[in-house]
Amino acid sequence: METILKVSNISKTYRAAGRVLTVLEHISFSVETGSTMAIVGPSGSGKTTLLGLCAGLDRCSDGSVQLNGIVLESLDEDERAVMRNRYVGFIFQNFQLLPTLTALENVMVPMELRGPAFAKDSAGKGVREMAKALMGKVGLEDRLHHYPAQLSGGEQQRVSLARAFAGQPRILFADEPTGNLDAETSEKIVQLLFELNREAGTTLIIVTHNLELAAATQRIIRLAGGRIVDDHEKK
Amino acid sequence: MRPWWLFVMAWRDSRRNRGRLFLFISSVVLGIAALVSTLSFGYNLREDVDDQAKELVGADLVLRGRHGIRDSVQAMKAFAGARRSEQKSMASMVFFPRSQSSRLVQLIGLSGDYPYYGTIETKPASAAMEFRRKPEALVDQTLMLEFGVRVGDSIRVGTIDLVIAGALIKMPGRNQVSLTVSAPVYIPLRYIDSAGLERKGSQIESEVYYQFKPGTDMSKLMDTLGPDLDSEHVRYETVEIRKERMTRAFKDLSQFLTLISFIALLLGCIGVASSVNIYIREKIAGVAVLRCLGLKSRGAFLIYLIQVLAIGMVGSLLGAGLGVAVQQVLPMLFKDILPVEAHFRLSWPAIGEGIGIGTAIALLFALPPLLAVRKISPLNTLRLAVEPPAADWDGWKATVYTTVFVFITLFSYAQMEKLGKALVFTLSILGAFLLLAGAAKLLMAAVRRFFPGRWNYLWRQGFANLYRPNNQTLILVVTIGLGTTFIGTLFFIQQLLLDRVNILASTDGNMVLYDVQPTQIAGVRRLASEMKVQLVDDVPVVAVRVASVKGIARDDDGARGRNDTRVTYSDTLRPAEKLVAGKLGPPVHSPRDVIHVSYDDDAAMSSGVQIGDQVVFDVQGVEITTVVGSIRHLERSPLRQGILFPSGVLESAPQFHIVTAMLRSPEASARFQRSVVQQFPGILVVDLALVVNVLQDILGKIGAVIRFMAGFSMLTGLIVLIASVLISKFQRIQESVLLRTLGASRRQVLVITMLEYFFIGALAAVIGIGLSMTFSMVLAKFIFEAVFVPNWWVVGGLFAGVSLLTVLIGLYNVRGVLNRPPLEILRREG
Repeated sequence: METILKVSNISKTYRAAGRVLTVLEHISFSVETGSTMAIVGPSGSGKTTLLGLCAGLDRCSDGSVQLNGIVLESLDEDERAVMRNRYVGFIFQNFQLLPTLTALENVMVPMELRGPAFAKDSAGKGVREMAKALMGKVGLEDRLHHYPAQLSGGEQQRVSLARAFAGQPRILFADEPTGNLDAETSEKIVQLLFELNREAGTTLIIVTHNLELAAATQRIIRLAGGRIVDDHEKK
Repeated sequence: MRPWWLFVMAWRDSRRNRGRLFLFISSVVLGIAALVSTLSFGYNLREDVDDQAKELVGADLVLRGRHGIRDSVQAMKAFAGARRSEQKSMASMVFFPRSQSSRLVQLIGLSGDYPYYGTIETKPASAAMEFRRKPEALVDQTLMLEFGVRVGDSIRVGTIDLVIAGALIKMPGRNQVSLTVSAPVYIPLRYIDSAGLERKGSQIESEVYYQFKPGTDMSKLMDTLGPDLDSEHVRYETVEIRKERMTRAFKDLSQFLTLISFIALLLGCIGVASSVNIYIREKIAGVAVLRCLGLKSRGAFLIYLIQVLAIGMVGSLLGAGLGVAVQQVLPMLFKDILPVEAHFRLSWPAIGEGIGIGTAIALLFALPPLLAVRKISPLNTLRLAVEPPAADWDGWKATVYTTVFVFITLFSYAQMEKLGKALVFTLSILGAFLLLAGAAKLLMAAVRRFFPGRWNYLWRQGFANLYRPNNQTLILVVTIGLGTTFIGTLFFIQQLLLDRVNILASTDGNMVLYDVQPTQIAGVRRLASEMKVQLVDDVPVVAVRVASVKGIARDDDGARGRNDTRVTYSDTLRPAEKLVAGKLGPPVHSPRDVIHVSYDDDAAMSSGVQIGDQVVFDVQGVEITTVVGSIRHLERSPLRQGILFPSGVLESAPQFHIVTAMLRSPEASARFQRSVVQQFPGILVVDLALVVNVLQDILGKIGAVIRFMAGFSMLTGLIVLIASVLISKFQRIQESVLLRTLGASRRQVLVITMLEYFFIGALAAVIGIGLSMTFSMVLAKFIFEAVFVPNWWVVGGLFAGVSLLTVLIGLYNVRGVLNRPPLEILRREG
């Protein structure tokens, strides 16, 4: 199988109050296209930092990250933005919807950012139609013109899912996608996430504390003190 | 990404913030309104001058001379066939028998049919022409009201009585203030001679007005006549010259007003910068998400640039609209000050300039915080930063700050037309800004460093709010401080001018008697003693001409009388005089003695003389050689005479005296004035109390205009203050709600807010007042040549007013938190 993400011996250090703080140390792993993976570990183990580095949101201090064959260290911030738009989708714990945009507009944004060449899908649907279809898939066709503040937490995360899949990403990063939701809503969201992922054939990487959620993925990487302490793949 | 998408996003993003965006706009609206109104006023005034120039002069040509116009000049061929009017004006006392009172007026003798263009407005209208044919007079209407006289009453001028034919309402080329100050009384020219007022030493200004035949090409005529008049040293004025002069003067006026407006605009721009800074701070999360989704840094920057540009333009348009409305008020305010009738017209160039300048400068001031958008990292989606990214000092930022500086300098240069002054103006604003910003930072650092950890919670919270994240200390101190500086300076300068006149009146006496002849001195002293009036001082004055300085003869420039001067003599200095250099000359006992004269510093500078220089004076045809022995400094005073001779030289020269008296009440003043005028008709009496009143009136009128314009700055300052506080409300609300949720009482939240805003308001007020006192001191020394003594009532009032206002606005800001349940507020604001 093709490798979509290759992390080679990366480290991340921060300088704070005159001291050097090592958050990640010598991390290496690869992720195959279409697979699902969870990164777990206690608070402060470096999970979110690792996700940020893999998604090209930050630069590692040492080592290298290859996403879809592109070495992220060789890109500047704007080039990384283009790369994220083309290949990466995000789901956040606190949803991160743009509060001034309606639910539909939030879903449209990744497609609009791609420019005119991607304004229509293979069936000739425009950005708005594609977004509406996604909103339908997440069951929010009657909430298209609501602002995030007018939606419940579960609804906001569903919009966030629709937005994540809107750009037809090759890889999806989810940071504690159920962290802000109750158990019942969490279950529905997880179901929806895996369903959409399966349908789209996207690679899914989830950072979570939730071991039940992690267990739903094919592979679990466990972090502690900035190092991989376990890398377990389901047969 | 298509360019239109940026516009769409800018529009979408603005949706939930339009109320706040309106606050940004409001900061610049008034500044632009002021700018558009003053620019329009300037353009319109120029047109008004063009339209009314002929009526302002009243003739095609005016000749002027201090000692009359020589016959040889009037006999020039060019004047053949032209209509001619003559006028002589002088200061004189007029006695009003009805009220048994007298007053120093500008007595004007007029012959001929002047004005040839425009009209003299009188009541009744026929009086304007009729008084010239009879023993009648036109009296300024304010003067008539002041003395309770009516048409048909008589006035006494010198030795003759004339009947008041009408009240003078308006004179071509003269504004209401000039009429009030000079209090003109027009009489037929022939009575100037018969009234016995024209005596040696009298200062009489002569004017001859000409109207040439219709169709005369004035510029062609003046090509030949002008040089002839120049060679005869005759001052002259044509309609064109008046037009140029007035255009220049009005340009100065409108440029001054434009600068005041510009200050209001700058103040508003600081508000914009502050608002955008806070706005962007709130947008960090959204921008980080967009960056995550693939938006380039330039795209994020452009979205907010489009928003700021759009609100800047909306603000400019609103400001321009308001400016057009305000512009209708300006002619009313200037009614008494301007000699032309100011009309309202829409001035598209002014509106265009106002919108252009307003949008450009608002954008420039918004750019520094906007540039920070480029640096917002997508990582903020995972770890939210509270503060905007540290503003790197990159090339863009440096370029923006340089452009702001150049823009302000260029704009002020366009108004002042002197690069040095423009730089001083810009640097002063920059200096004030930096000082205020520095003080605010110092306050924050000091509070943090010396935090009163043992004080009670409310004080600690109030203090901590000054430096914690999202604090408003810097921006509020700068805006309130600049506003206070501007308003304080205006107050202080107005007070300075009034105080100077009041001090004059109290130290040198409150009544001055001019033109007291040596033969009248004893009589005046006797009269004063009989009426129990204290005479304060008596200064002899001799009219002389400077014949040569340092051996170089001074040209006799005839009618111009530039070398004519007045001197006095004494062996001692008066209290208001101080020796700056050299020694006062000893009394002169024999013709062989060297005569050491003393120059005051101003006279020495303008004549270019120094100690040891030889100066020859012509005293009524007798040349007296002197040596400059000392330089002294004089305070302004009615008794001030620049050149002081020692005794023993001028005692027998033709002279008059200036006598000052101290009167205890207005009634005593009126009685003494009446007696002096009746017994000694030639003596001019100036009641300084009256001068103070007139000056107060004029300053009041000019002050009203300046206050009106400064009002824009004050209001802008207020709006910026309200906007800054309201915008910070969105950040502070959660915190106050949290405090309320944790059980903070209404009083506790109020006290915390009150303390925070009091510290900010008080600091801004103290620095603003300090700066305004510094500026007033500099202006007093270099412009008004006076010593600035601050009025502590004004200082106290300003401090209390500014601090209180800041606290009130702060309290208004939290009222919502105090009056509603915490959850309701969180839902509403969330």
